[in-house]
Amino acid sequence: MQDQEREPIAYMERTRIYYRALGYTKDYVWANHADVPFFRPVKPVSEMKIALITTAGPGDRSHRDERNRRHVWSGLIAHPPATFDTDMAWDKESTHTDDRETFLPVDAARRLVADGTLGALAPSFHTAPTDYSQQKTMEQDAPEILRRLREERVEAAILTAL
Amino acid sequence: MSLVARHLEANGIPTVIIGSAKDIVEHCGVPRFIFSDFPLGNPCGHPWNADMQTATVRLALSLLDTATEPRTTVRSPFEWKDDPGWRERYNRVRPEDREQLLALGEARRKARKT
Repeated sequence: MQDQEREPIAYMERTRIYYRALGYTKDYVWANHADVPFFRPVKPVSEMKIALITTAGPGDRSHRDERNRRHVWSGLIAHPPATFDTDMAWDKESTHTDDRETFLPVDAARRLVADGTLGALAPSFHTAPTDYSQQKTMEQDAPEILRRLREERVEAAILTAL
Repeated sequence: MSLVARHLEANGIPTVIIGSAKDIVEHCGVPRFIFSDFPLGNPCGHPWNADMQTATVRLALSLLDTATEPRTTVRSPFEWKDDPGWRERYNRVRPEDREQLLALGEARRKARKT
């Protein structure tokens, strides 16, 4: 069977089984919404300024506080950090995160600006913490990212989740 | 990440997610989603494959132009490497690992309390 024809991994079920094996008694409840917002762009991508948002943080871990909680962090597209903090759940047995472009595609986006596909890249990219607490994401992180995008008059965003 | 996309979208900033955990993203419900059927960690393409990464971002951008309704998922045409075992490997729980996993969980819980 071609890999393309395989069923995608059921991550929620697999994670539940894994955490039960770790001895946790309460299953994580993933966010679930019946309604999904949709805002149709008013102009083509070739005329838009777009921001990149990723779940990885800077390698110096300056997005973490003294209790190791992660917070929204922004870096400059022109000078991305040399290394990234990718200390979170991803498949460490099957791949690696040594190539930043696999989770923060700065160079790829630049090529698409150069060939006219994309209007412009916003000066900053952003780290969105993947937090256990959905409340923290909704009340602190998401509004803070929105504020930072508006500061740079961003018109659309690409979000890449490790 | 899905919750952030929803918040931006609800406030007038169109979004597209590139990710590999299809069930989790679609369970949350997002406006636009490029699904890369890869091991978690490299949603934008194979490491060091600039052509694939550029093509994946191009696909994401095209979805901003073309999607007409929320929950629009497009599967990336790219496949993972010649490694048939990757789907089974992630967070697997084998009977012989049970004792070790339980000890790992205990250590984590202890660390959180201190």
